[in-house]
Amino acid sequence: MPNSPSLTRRQFVTLVGAALSAFMGTLVGLPAIGYLLSPALERRERESWISLGPLDQYPLNQPTLFTFTRTKKHGWEKTVTSYGVYVLRTSPTQVRVFSNVCTHLSCRVRWDEEAREYICPCHDGHFAIDGAIISGPQPRPLDEYETKIEGGNLFILLREA
Amino acid sequence: MLRRLFQWLDERLGLTTIHDVVLDRKVPKVNWWFTLGSASLFLFLLQGITGVFLTVYYVPSPDHAYDSVQYIMNEVRFGWLIRGMHHWGANLMVLVVFIHMLRTFFYAAYKYPRELTWISGVVLLLATLGMGFTGYLLPWNQRAYWATTVGTEIPGTIPIIGPFITSVLRGGSELSALTLSRFYSVHIWFLPAVITVTIGLHLYLVIRLGISHIPDEND
Repeated sequence: MPNSPSLTRRQFVTLVGAALSAFMGTLVGLPAIGYLLSPALERRERESWISLGPLDQYPLNQPTLFTFTRTKKHGWEKTVTSYGVYVLRTSPTQVRVFSNVCTHLSCRVRWDEEAREYICPCHDGHFAIDGAIISGPQPRPLDEYETKIEGGNLFILLREA
Repeated sequence: MLRRLFQWLDERLGLTTIHDVVLDRKVPKVNWWFTLGSASLFLFLLQGITGVFLTVYYVPSPDHAYDSVQYIMNEVRFGWLIRGMHHWGANLMVLVVFIHMLRTFFYAAYKYPRELTWISGVVLLLATLGMGFTGYLLPWNQRAYWATTVGTEIPGTIPIIGPFITSVLRGGSELSALTLSRFYSVHIWFLPAVITVTIGLHLYLVIRLGISHIPDEND
């Protein structure tokens, strides 16, 4: 076998070996990093429009409770969160939707028909029909959802943390 | 600069000596069948690394085992690749280790003074099969469940102590969460520890005794 002056057989084998190892290492190593980072790279839908059904089913000037659940998936685990909203139809075409979560410590408020107020059972917080504070420890009015009406159906915009 | 750093390290760690003894040792003229030991070692390391990666998402509980494997396969980026390497690496490892044993047998390389190398090799072969057996249950699908049901039933046919062995393997009279968690523990701790130590012994013996030449008409 003729001797190459620049590269010995042993150097050649070392070089090819190193190059192949580096190639294979990269081929598997980069995906491995992606594998570890995968859950952190996941993009979640943060906003979604929730349908509350035909607008006509809600009575005028009468807060009506609508409940629904949302399922969040973390890997192989599912978490179901339940939501409650009060739909207040102020005119045949206008509507306001409030969260039933008290702004104080997140208890659920309930519409009291006799008092015409939302009352929080935990610390006696009172809210007016439009969500404004009447009395109690709550720091701000009831949270309100953005709404839209499409084809006679009511939708609210849900922003999830 | 690099050369000086290497010399500094070499003087203290004896890297050149390790290289000369481990990698630059004298070997007889051999053929490709003699690469299977290195191939087995490579596969073991690959199984170790991909296995560690799988534990990031896998959960050894009947509630979550199947779902977590589905999650790895369908949702984790390159999860299919990591699990695929572990799955096929396992198949290949059993094959390679077995052919490695056949080569040793047919070349009569187990004879004096290499009896201990052979015996430690038998331990490694059995431990590898044990890894295959315990790993097969972990996906917790129907095939895994029934394979393990049958597999743990087999030692039950041994007279007198058989049923006891079966319940030790299962962690009870039937397959349950206990079976899954003990198989998992054996798969990721006990057997890898046994294999690591035994590979150490096996390699020490290979380096100390050298490898045998291919038998010829004088043997």
